[in-house]
Amino acid sequence: MSIDMAQFHQVFFEESFEGLDIMESGLLNLDMGDVDAEDINTIFRAAHSIKGGSGTFGFTAVSDFTHILETLLDEMRDGRRKVTQPAVNVLLGSVDCLREMLTAIQNESAVDNASVAEHKLALEIELKGGALLTSPHAEPAAIAKINTAISLNEQGWAITFCPHVDLLKTGNDPVRMFRELSTLGELEIIVDLRGLPDFYDYNPEECHLSWQLNLLGQVNIEAIEDIFDWVEGNCDMSIQSLADKAAKVAQLSAVDLVDDSVNPDEGVSPAIQLAAVETAKSTKEESKAAAKGSSSIRVDTSKIDTLINMVGELVITQSMLSLVGEHFELGKLDQLKSGLAQLERHTRELQESVMNIRMLPISFVFSRFPRLTHDLSTKLGKKIELKLVGENTEVDKTVVELISDPLVHLVRNSLDHGIEMPADRIAAGKPEMGTVTLEAYHRGGNIVIEVRDDGKGLDKHKLKTKAIEKGLIEKDAILTDKQIFELIFMPGFSTAEQVTDVSGRGVGMDVVRRNIQALGGNIELISELGKGSTIAIHLPLTLAILDGQSVAVGDETFIVPLGSIIESINVTDKMVNRVAGKGETFRLRGDYLPIVRMHEIFDVKSAKAEKLTDGLMVVVEGQGTRYGLFVDDLLGQQQVVIKSLEANYRRVEGVSGATILGDGSVALILDIPGLVRLSNQ
Amino acid sequence: MTNDNQVSVLDDKKAEQYLTFQLADESYGVEILKVQEIRGWEPVRDIPNTPRFIKGALNLRGAIVPVVDLRERFGMPVVEYTPITVVIVLCVNNEDGAHIIGVVADTVSDVLDIKLSDIKKSPDLGAKIDTRYMRGMYVYKQRMVMLLDADKLLNPAEFEGLGKVA
Repeated sequence: MSIDMAQFHQVFFEESFEGLDIMESGLLNLDMGDVDAEDINTIFRAAHSIKGGSGTFGFTAVSDFTHILETLLDEMRDGRRKVTQPAVNVLLGSVDCLREMLTAIQNESAVDNASVAEHKLALEIELKGGALLTSPHAEPAAIAKINTAISLNEQGWAITFCPHVDLLKTGNDPVRMFRELSTLGELEIIVDLRGLPDFYDYNPEECHLSWQLNLLGQVNIEAIEDIFDWVEGNCDMSIQSLADKAAKVAQLSAVDLVDDSVNPDEGVSPAIQLAAVETAKSTKEESKAAAKGSSSIRVDTSKIDTLINMVGELVITQSMLSLVGEHFELGKLDQLKSGLAQLERHTRELQESVMNIRMLPISFVFSRFPRLTHDLSTKLGKKIELKLVGENTEVDKTVVELISDPLVHLVRNSLDHGIEMPADRIAAGKPEMGTVTLEAYHRGGNIVIEVRDDGKGLDKHKLKTKAIEKGLIEKDAILTDKQIFELIFMPGFSTAEQVTDVSGRGVGMDVVRRNIQALGGNIELISELGKGSTIAIHLPLTLAILDGQSVAVGDETFIVPLGSIIESINVTDKMVNRVAGKGETFRLRGDYLPIVRMHEIFDVKSAKAEKLTDGLMVVVEGQGTRYGLFVDDLLGQQQVVIKSLEANYRRVEGVSGATILGDGSVALILDIPGLVRLSNQ
Repeated sequence: MTNDNQVSVLDDKKAEQYLTFQLADESYGVEILKVQEIRGWEPVRDIPNTPRFIKGALNLRGAIVPVVDLRERFGMPVVEYTPITVVIVLCVNNEDGAHIIGVVADTVSDVLDIKLSDIKKSPDLGAKIDTRYMRGMYVYKQRMVMLLDADKLLNPAEFEGLGKVA
């Protein structure tokens, strides 16, 4: 019976990526001066499970790579090696490399072998303690030299083990011996198959193999001899110190050295490496049938338990109700009523817990930023501290997935443009260390994510001049502060004096805003020159359920998202103004707000209220603009499940979706910002 | 016998089932495999600013399904809906994937087994009538049945340009 391993691949990848995240955050949290053994342990465990998993699934390239990583971590864990910043950087680099390898395998695309080899080499050099190499792109000859240098420092033993044909008959199993050996140190095994006879001549009770073993680490020769004690009479073997052997190798001609350098990870023979690549290839082909990109979610078991309980309750209520219904008489009315009340309660609870399953803490997104800050601040030569607040705020999975890229962009901007160079900061009388704060919290039915920095802030005049230069606004336009900051979200606008590879190409903020609007959210920026900027993103908590206010226009019912309603009022004739007989506005506490007549823009023939005084004005706000939505009447508030209109039809301007009302009929959900666009056409 | 269109010698014996329905005095047919269900007409919710032939949106057990009036789609005179007016719910495929769309018809009539070899190529009717949406024609009891290509006829992406906004 064979088990299709491919079915577990998805789980393996998920766990591995999770493990990599743990390693990354662990590495970033390492305090150079005072390393907590438990931190290293956590990183080590994560690396270990990736190695184990990849071995099981035959991703040899990954497990080999992780093995080296693990060895390094092991030494750090045992206190045999000091944790240094360069070492941590190498480890971080290899975490990235592993992530790339896994992604490549997952997508069934080719693994970038060159980069893998580079990282492997860097790791090995770190492992050997010779931090000679500064650039990973060293010339092959240089690599060869370094390799030799490493070999010379190497601690360990080279064991040649050629058992006699009858070794197995004495009850000795080489595999067991090797396993024993591997407990002493890192063991490299190269098997020599040349002694194997033809298949037909082969007797399975005979041993025709011989081995070349390299045992790395400080191992006592007696310990090795102990292991081979039992087989001494049945084999030819030699034990040689690796240092001696390497010295001999070093004497060999330069040609050999260059040859060696082609395959930088010395110790593993080319044949074996080739085999590893082969294996990776065949595994890849096997897994081709596996479903690609199926999205899944990890859920707390307790959440599932609650759900099961709830369903149980629901079933009980249902059977109770059907019992009541079977022989119904008026006397049972109370029973029916209480049953229905129960049903309602259970349904609501069930709905809440199902929604709960989709909720993930925002830390899923935030967790990548310490690394980003670490890398960028080093690159830019700035000192930046990143503060994360409210990481446990829960949001819908879809939001988590889609908010990640825009957030990266915003944080990069803060790091690159917001925070000044240390010298400038001191000159401005600010602490040398800049602070970027990422904060998430709930407000009403929304989640708010803020990116704050205490950097130089935005210069309003510069923004305005720039916008005029680019022809985005009129020369003599009078803008409020808010409108000026809005400029930054316009396409083709970037104030960075120098385009760095981090940011400043002017394709950004407009895309960020578009992405966030697509999620039903909005973004705003507040900034004070010299003090810093704050960007706040408001997002709906979930994309599936919405608190709505149903409004009537003639025979039609529309849903207005409750979050966008400010108030509903009756207008009087005195409040209304007409501009050029057409554009209507009304005055609300000193503000003039445009009026959008629902029955006009949606062409509802059955509308009852023609005169503004007959109907109701719902004051709504969307993307920073406020206006009055003229409807016949308000009906009621309710939670509505958002259904897509696009699934079977297409996007309709002014409508963000549809829902089903209590009576089974369909109602359209209004897209508040979209309605303004529609009425302006 | 022509070899183009969907008709080929190999398919000679192969039959497909078609659901036929009436629009005014004319008979039309759609592949029965595309039909999900047939429902009686019930009022639907208007979708604003859409072509006139889109009657609105229907709640089909939780899915929001647009309903197309085929009479209006074909530019035929509009009639009042009666108790025998039906909505045929079709599952169509096009480049955006599968869509569920309802079409309003006067009545459904029959399910016909039609051999592919019996399907006649729809004649070129000039610029007046678009035959792109036709699979072919079939003669049943001396009456002509127009076999529709539902995938092409009901493509939401194409609705926009057709029959000006109501």
